[in-house]
Order: sequence, then C-alpha cells, then structure tokens
Amino acid sequence: MCRDCGCSLGPSATRAPLATPKGVAGKIETIEVITAILGENDRVAAHNREHFDGHGVLALNLMSSPGAGKTALLEATIRALGGRMKIAVVEGDLATENDAERIRACGVPAVQISTGNACHLDATMVHDAVHDLPLAGLDILFIENVGNLVCPASFDLGQHRNITLLSVPEGDDKPAKYPVMFRAADLSLITKTDLLAYITEFSLERARASLRQIGFGGETIELTSRGGDGFAAWLAWLEREVEAQRERSRRGETARPRVQPDGESLHAGHGATR
Amino acid sequence: MHELSVCQALIEQVERVARDNDALRVVSIVITVGPLSGVEPQLLEHAYPLAAAGTIAENASLVVETVPVTVRCRTCGAETEASPNRLVCGACGDWQADVTGGEEMILKRVEIETEPAGVH
Repeated sequence: MCRDCGCSLGPSATRAPLATPKGVAGKIETIEVITAILGENDRVAAHNREHFDGHGVLALNLMSSPGAGKTALLEATIRALGGRMKIAVVEGDLATENDAERIRACGVPAVQISTGNACHLDATMVHDAVHDLPLAGLDILFIENVGNLVCPASFDLGQHRNITLLSVPEGDDKPAKYPVMFRAADLSLITKTDLLAYITEFSLERARASLRQIGFGGETIELTSRGGDGFAAWLAWLEREVEAQRERSRRGETARPRVQPDGESLHAGHGATR
Repeated sequence: MHELSVCQALIEQVERVARDNDALRVVSIVITVGPLSGVEPQLLEHAYPLAAAGTIAENASLVVETVPVTVRCRTCGAETEASPNRLVCGACGDWQADVTGGEEMILKRVEIETEPAGVH
C-alpha cells in the first residue's frame, strides 16, 4: 500500500497531487463561512465610493437594455448642464469606443471600458477607469453600464445611485420581465416618450404598475432626451442629488443605492464597511 | 452570463478558506442563492467547473441551496412568499411590502480534507 495516501496503488501514484481516489476520504473538516460571494468586488466598490466622496463627486450608474437611450440622454444632459456642472463619463461597452467618442464630442472627459465578452462592469474595472479621470472639481461621474438588463444588477461599483432606463419601444412589461434590475433603481426613467404617439401599445399606467409590483419604491420620470417637461424634471433631480452629495461630503457621510447586491447588506450587518 | 464571474469570485473565496485552514483539497462547497440575487443556480453549476479547473477546488462538488423570496407587509405585517416580479403581500395583496429574503448570494460552508486518507 502506498505510504503517502494509503491507496492500494504502487509508488508511482504518490507523485500525483490529490492522489486520494474519489470516495476514499481522509480527515474531513467543515468550515462555516457565511460570506458574500462577491465580497472582494464589494470591498473595491466601497473603496471607489470613498474616493468619490473624498472629491465630493456624485457617482451615478446607468443601466438599461442596449438601445434604450443611455448615451443620447447623457449627450443631452451634458449640453444642458455643461455650463453649470463639471461632468465626466465612464463608458462600458463590449467592443467599440463609439459611445466615449460621442461623449467627448460634447466636450467632457470620457473613459471607455471595453469589456470584451464581459456582460457587466465590476468595481475593479471602474476603479481602473477612474484612475484615468481627473476627479478633482467634478460634480457628476456618470457610469454608463453595459447595455444588459440582467448582469449589471449584481455588481456594486461604488455608485451613490442607480438609474434604470425603460424606453417606450421595449414595452411596458419590461420591469416584470427583469425584476432584479428594475428593483435596484433609485430613479426609473421611461425614455423616448416622443414615440408614445406611434407606439400606442405602450401604456404609462401599466409601466408604473409593473414597477410597483416588483417593489420599486423610487421616483419615476417620463422623458424624451429631445427636451420638454420630463427632461427638465430629470435635470432638477440631478441638481438635487448633486447638492445632497456635496452636503454629505461636507459631513463625511456617504450614500448607497436603496437596494444593495447581497454582499453590501452582509457587510453593513457585520460592520465590515462604513 | 455573469455567472462565470460570480464563480471566479467564489473560487477566490474558497481558495482563501482552504489556505487559512491548511486544506489538502476542497471536498464540497455550499452556497445559498436567492431569486433576487440576479444569478441562475443552473448557470452557476455549468460555469463552476470552468472556474474551478486547476484550483484546489477542482474536484469539489458544488451544492447550491435556493431560498424563496419572502416579503413583510407594511400594512398587515404578514410575512409571506412572493414571486420576483410580484413583490406584493400574499395575505392582503398590498404592494407596500419589504423584501426579507431572496437576495442572498452567500458562501455558506466549505468542506475540506486536511489529512490524507489512511494516516490514522
């Protein structure tokens, strides 16, 4: 019998690591862990948030399906607020640099994260991207997540607020189909409302009801990035949030999205992070 | 398909536990996943062998425990089960209900081998 592992094979078997054949176990110990699977991401996210707070920057995470109008909204927002506020953008995309170029054409700094085949941004990607951005003097850092209604919801990036976009052509039942994503929002934007006249199947009332049923408790704004009352309400929301973030920074406080990926709540419960 | 990223993060956690406890190998991993965590248990199970290949957890079995979504009603106080896209009170139907379970994505338990078979 082999002296190393007690198996019935000859000495040659002892060279292999993990030589214990399946089913013949040595001393087994059970370790109770109870820790967030994404604990490391949460730690980097908390670090990002401290970094943003240190500079008094409001960090906003924009999530939606591809084509819901995230980049168009940012372009219009930069044109409307650019004179009064300093804005920078982190762009997440699978492959191209197109969105970052559109943002730079508006005269604000943008860093493109090309995720390759990754379907979401994580805290480390944002951390590395922000190193290329001058945070000093910034009012708002927009993080445009990868267009995807599933994966981005599970990863904290260090943002203060989550914003989801639901565009009229997508249909009013999107929140019911993707509850995890839409529930994570602090602000829900219903975009491309100028198309309501053509897409009569879309009911704003049904969209609001769909949001209520998934436990969404935030504010809803209906808008088109071409302007109007809804767009003005969006700008007013941004100005309120920027002011609130400045106030928190002065007091040494921070804010997190209303709904946290599970890791954050675990950490908060055990006092591991601020 | 962010489940591979989640599995890679899981393996990193498991490797740390194994190192801290002088494990020879990891026998099994137990995780708890709720429907509101945004990950699919079946996709996790498919992605797991890819993430575990070449690590100390390579031959470990992954046990995914699922938990239901539960809500507590702000109006009637009842705690009931709910579906992810209908987070309303199961007792009175009010939509003002707080989620009390179903968001979990937790590494719960790791079973390790600390001494090879046959030494005692």
